[in-house]
Amino acid sequence: MPTTLILGATSAMAEQTARLLAADGDKLVLAARDPQALEILAADLKVRGATDVHVLTPFDATQSGSFEDLLNEAGDFDRALIAYGSLPDQEALKNDPAGIRREMCINFGSVIDLSSRIASRFESKGQGTLAVISSVAGLRGRQSNYIYGSAKGGVILFLQGLRNRLQDHGVRVITLLPGFVDTPMTAEMKKGPLFVSSAKAGTCIHKALTRGKGDVVYVPGFWRFIMWIIRALPEPIFKRLKL
Amino acid sequence: MRTSSPTSWGNIPKASHSCHKLNSRLAELPAAEKSVLPYGLGRSYGDSCLNDGENLLLARGLDHWISFDSETGILQCEAGVSLAEILEKTSPRGWFLSVTPGTRFVTVGGAIANDVHGKNHHRAGCFSTCVLDFELLRSDGSRQTCSRNENETLFRATIGGLGLTGLITRATIQLKPIVSPLIESEQIRMRNLDDFFALADETQDTHEYCVAWLDGLASGNALGSGIFIRGNHVGEPTDLTWKKKTMLPVPCHAPSWFLRKPFIKAFNFTYAHKLRGDRHQTREHFLPFFYPLDVADRWNRLYGKKGFFQYQCVVPREGDGGPIREILEHISQSGQASFLNVLKVFGDQPAEGLLSFTRPGVTLAMDFPNRGPETLALMTRLDEIVMASGGALYPAKDARMRGEDFRTFTPNLNQFIPHIDPAFSSSFWRRCNSTPPVVKP
Ligand SMILES: Cc1cc2nc3c(=O)[nH]c(=O)nc-3n(C[C@H](O)[C@H](O)[C@H](O)COP(=O)(O)OP(=O)(O)OC[C@H]3O[C@@H](n4cnc5c(N)ncnc54)[C@H](O)[C@@H]3O)c2cc1C
Ligand SMILES: NC(=O)c1ccc[n+]([C@@H]2O[C@H](COP(=O)([O-])OP(=O)(O)OC[C@H]3O[C@@H](n4cnc5c(N)ncnc54)[C@H](OP(=O)(O)O)[C@@H]3O)[C@@H](O)[C@H]2O)c1
Repeated sequence: MPTTLILGATSAMAEQTARLLAADGDKLVLAARDPQALEILAADLKVRGATDVHVLTPFDATQSGSFEDLLNEAGDFDRALIAYGSLPDQEALKNDPAGIRREMCINFGSVIDLSSRIASRFESKGQGTLAVISSVAGLRGRQSNYIYGSAKGGVILFLQGLRNRLQDHGVRVITLLPGFVDTPMTAEMKKGPLFVSSAKAGTCIHKALTRGKGDVVYVPGFWRFIMWIIRALPEPIFKRLKL
Repeated sequence: MRTSSPTSWGNIPKASHSCHKLNSRLAELPAAEKSVLPYGLGRSYGDSCLNDGENLLLARGLDHWISFDSETGILQCEAGVSLAEILEKTSPRGWFLSVTPGTRFVTVGGAIANDVHGKNHHRAGCFSTCVLDFELLRSDGSRQTCSRNENETLFRATIGGLGLTGLITRATIQLKPIVSPLIESEQIRMRNLDDFFALADETQDTHEYCVAWLDGLASGNALGSGIFIRGNHVGEPTDLTWKKKTMLPVPCHAPSWFLRKPFIKAFNFTYAHKLRGDRHQTREHFLPFFYPLDVADRWNRLYGKKGFFQYQCVVPREGDGGPIREILEHISQSGQASFLNVLKVFGDQPAEGLLSFTRPGVTLAMDFPNRGPETLALMTRLDEIVMASGGALYPAKDARMRGEDFRTFTPNLNQFIPHIDPAFSSSFWRRCNSTPPVVKP
């Protein structure tokens, strides 16, 4: 049974992915900020069929000093999913450099830190799958959320390089790019037709982790087409759009 | 927090809500100025799961398992878990719901709040009989474990309590053992109401499950004709595993010819005469036996945009039918019956909930397409028969009964009221506890 480490396991998308991994009978190692929520999750995943569920000490992405201990505590694992993230209120952050730095730390700094540590572990084992949830928002800067977007965009580039580096070392690096997913993160947003459920997103992520071959996986797939168009718009036109 | 506004199964009445998605049973209730009401899967037909102009707590997100012991059949889960999910998880391991309604797409919370019944009511009673305990979260922030030994009156108030006593966050349920997913089922032609009663009596002790489907348009000597369906779990072990089938989608509201009387008449006639001989015996999977309507997703759309009413009453069994005969005569004369017409004799065991609907007698459940005043007038006439006989109507199926009738049907109302959480209310509750009644088809 493969073992999957999930960082930010209480995220709605991570939870739905974990349910499917549990049904496969996998072993799961879970980390997140909220120990009580993790306990509920762990009990649930056991009933769903997980062979073993191991809960790590509370994990906060802003506490980079604890990352090495956390990964040591996780022990040996075959796959890792980095799922946590924070969608800040861009308006409120506009004139708050400290806030911007904090968001960058959660969505970018901590993610590349953990990705490097995990990648090195996989590299020395000569195998492993690292999947990281970035976002379609990281593919083009928009006035409404370029702080979040640039952090997610940085992650995309970082993973691209990492994938290139580990290509011949038996390590798979998956960049996950969700569009709009109905989760607590988007609770306040009006739900248009492009929204999908967290269960649907979980199905896509589970497939990418267990069966897929893709390097860059849109969640769900139709976003590849939408982003192809959005990325193709020339900057002189794009900069005038209210997006 | 706003999302698209949920409806009830009959699509009557229209209502708008502020919706709060719940996803942690540890969280407190959302702070809200107006009243709140839990909402499960919206399989109630009328307005008992609606809270027009106020707040809904979408409890379906409380969908975590807590534990399942395959030695004892004791399951602990959150209240938003559906009976469908329970069956998928436990039946391959030899455990089955000891009571299930005619659809598996209801939540545990909803099943408790309406104290639902099934085809084995004559043997097993209501859903509450398999509930060992549950946790109730009240608006004062308190969490009370309720069972037959702990907070017993709150337990009895919450069973059948229409979601008004607080939010059920989790429950413990006792399942019953099975050795096969198959049902030994039998369908028998009924020529009339006398046949129904004779078969119901004969079946009491021989079959765990029984229900009858009626041709609601048959009249005269054929009044009450239809098909009597009964069954038992197969007793010798067979493979317990099964595969989920995809449901037929009903992508949009049906066209109006679908609800015209000649089409419905043809359907009823064909269905009533589908049996070749007088009897048909078969072994079938439990899904088609218990949940024939669940083959189609959102079949309520077949009733069009105007929606439909379900009328479910229970009346005492008298002589050769008494009130139930009178009711069926009225319906058949009105020509308003549609596809689903179900008759069953309830068992005599008293229900546990202060507001539980079931009581000894005969219960009839019928769908009526919404044809406006004509339909309302028919149901008002039926109400009179139910009232005169000392029967009752099922709030889970109701969008229009008069408040004073509800109060008559509910002898324990005064005992119940003190247990209502002050922050909880529903469209049904306001409608039935204020006079004069408001009916908006
Ligand atoms: C095809 C079909 C067949 C049916 N057959 C039967 C039958 O055979 N027998 C029968 O008895 N009923 C039957 N019903 C009715 C159905 O079983 C009930 O209405 C059931 O309560 C619906 O559950 P729900 O989860 O959809 O809840 P909803 O309809 O959403 O809500 C029902 C009530 O439960 C309350 N509630 C929901 N969740 C919670 C919670 N977590 N805490 C507290 N209160 C809560 C709501 O406030 C509301 O009062 C049938 C319905 C359909 C559509
Ligand atoms: N929802 C969308 O439409 C969408 C679209 C594209 C990308 N994404 C990305 O998808 C991922 C999953 O998000 P989601 O949609 O599933 O939302 P979610 O359910 O709100 O999950 C976000 C998770 O991030 C965790 N988190 C936030 N700050 C943290 C910190 N400092 N340290 C550790 N954990 C922290 C939260 O933990 P707590 O539970 O403790 O708060 C929560 O578990 C995120 O990376 C998000 O950016 C989402």
